[in-house]
Amino acid sequence: MTDLERYQDPLTIQRVLHATKTIAIVGLSNNELRASYFVGYYLKRHGYRVIPVNPRATEILGETSYPSLQDVPVPVDLVNVFRAPDALPGIARDAVEINADALWCQFGVINEEGARIAEDGGQTVIMDRCLKVEHARYVGRMHWLGFNTQRITSVRAGLQ
Amino acid sequence: MTDKPEEARAFGFETRQLHAGQRPDPNTGARAVPVFQTTSYVFEDPESAAAYFNLQEYGNTYSRIMNPTVAVFEERVANLEGGSGAVAFSSGIAAQAGALFTLLEPGDHVVSSSALYGGTVNQFKHLFRKMNVELTWIDPDDPDAWRGVVRPNTKAFFAETIGNPAGNVLDIEAVAAIAHEHELPLIVDNTFATPYLCRPIEWGADIVIHSATKFIGGHGTSIGGVVVEAGTFNWSNGRFPVVADPSPAYHGLQFHETFGEYGYLMKLRAETLRDLGGTLAPLNAFLFLQGLETLSLRMDRHVENARAVAAFLESHELASNVTYPGLPGSPYRTLVEKYLPRGAGAVFSFDCAGGRVGGQDLISGVTLWSHLANVGDAKSLIIHPGSTTHRQLGDDELRAAGIAPGTVRLSVGTESVEDLIWDLEQGFAHVAARAAEKVTTA
Repeated sequence: MTDLERYQDPLTIQRVLHATKTIAIVGLSNNELRASYFVGYYLKRHGYRVIPVNPRATEILGETSYPSLQDVPVPVDLVNVFRAPDALPGIARDAVEINADALWCQFGVINEEGARIAEDGGQTVIMDRCLKVEHARYVGRMHWLGFNTQRITSVRAGLQ
Repeated sequence: MTDKPEEARAFGFETRQLHAGQRPDPNTGARAVPVFQTTSYVFEDPESAAAYFNLQEYGNTYSRIMNPTVAVFEERVANLEGGSGAVAFSSGIAAQAGALFTLLEPGDHVVSSSALYGGTVNQFKHLFRKMNVELTWIDPDDPDAWRGVVRPNTKAFFAETIGNPAGNVLDIEAVAAIAHEHELPLIVDNTFATPYLCRPIEWGADIVIHSATKFIGGHGTSIGGVVVEAGTFNWSNGRFPVVADPSPAYHGLQFHETFGEYGYLMKLRAETLRDLGGTLAPLNAFLFLQGLETLSLRMDRHVENARAVAAFLESHELASNVTYPGLPGSPYRTLVEKYLPRGAGAVFSFDCAGGRVGGQDLISGVTLWSHLANVGDAKSLIIHPGSTTHRQLGDDELRAAGIAPGTVRLSVGTESVEDLIWDLEQGFAHVAARAAEKVTTA
């Protein structure tokens, strides 16, 4: 078993959500029924700059799609991964090479070696968590659908 | 995002029963949960409306499917049960139908405990038949009985934490292990225990159902129900194409792939609740939230009173077969110690001497216990199935249903316990006097 909890710390997750402005989504699909499209659409709607990384597409969500992380012409804060777990070590190397701050691996994208490569390269790693869900938990409206956000606070909420 | 980062503190149950699911209202600062008595919600713009209907964004559309007051109730119950989320319904029976409709198709099979609330038995026997779903009843006290009846088309195991009315306590961990061996979800009705006394998800249950009408509401004011999912069941294991495959009812969406641990609940809300209706009213959700705020306090008191009443009945010459699982001599004692360490609830039955007439006379003799068909009220409740819910049945048929002619069911409330015992003594005195009368006039 991978020790996943150290990649799911709530304070780290909230820090990454705060600090990030530009997100490269590796494996973003052009099919609007796929989970990656849901996440990309949502993040764009919430003001993040979303950059698709998918060699099989030229444009997704109205944004130019690049074949690899190295091809992305602007600085990337966060690399968000929707690929098979085996692909993670290679993606982690690319993420370190382009100097991204953090690597976020979606549900099921679990690969210890990939996580180690990213951490050794100075990146924050979140693993087996959904970027959309965590954003909705801390910033968004997940509580409107009866999901357990696990949040307990008497601080007045900001407008959503 | 302006919020101060929140630490992952493991807040206590009593804190969560007051706070989970709600933050002070962003517009007004209201500390109590506002009652959003509205059918619908104005969209910001056409693009937002489309995103809400496509489930690409969490947004309110129509109160048959979602409502901010109901959502606080849903999240609070999910939090207390340790689930990934919850969907509320207009009754416990509607919640149960919704939970099952979401995962069943015609031709499927369900294995269920036979020790269930009568309303559930009716639903399973008659509604399932109309849906062409087969059912096998098994003795819940024998974990191996579950294993022996699984078929290729079996889709779920169903049982109650504490059976109504005979007080069977489910060996949740053992039955969940058998369900999971067969890649099936275990569905548990936790109404009688409440999440304060038992949290079935912690022992492996996958879906928890409540009639919120009972102890959650706690004051006999509102009918409602809720479905909680653990969020850990693998709906993509090949046995549940109805949950995992592209859904024709939602333009090809694959709920489990797209929403992961929230997929089943998303489908339950966006399809089942949308199509069956059975929505919880916002005002009833508010009343249930008021109930939840004091759940632990009431349950401790219910249990304390139930123990005292059960002990009184056990020592009374006109009472026998006291089924309270919290009694030291109960056959469920080991299971109670494991699953219900804070107490085995407050609903149980006993047999009154004198058969059908004795049961009726007891009811006539009490003045504080309320004679009615409900449980889980702060007020003490009493009913004699032989002269009410089961009056059409002859003595033999009653016994076949696990009820003796003199069986009386109690839901022990939170009154001064000496008053409850005083009133039962009045009832028994009436039983004895009537029996003596019959002897003299005979």
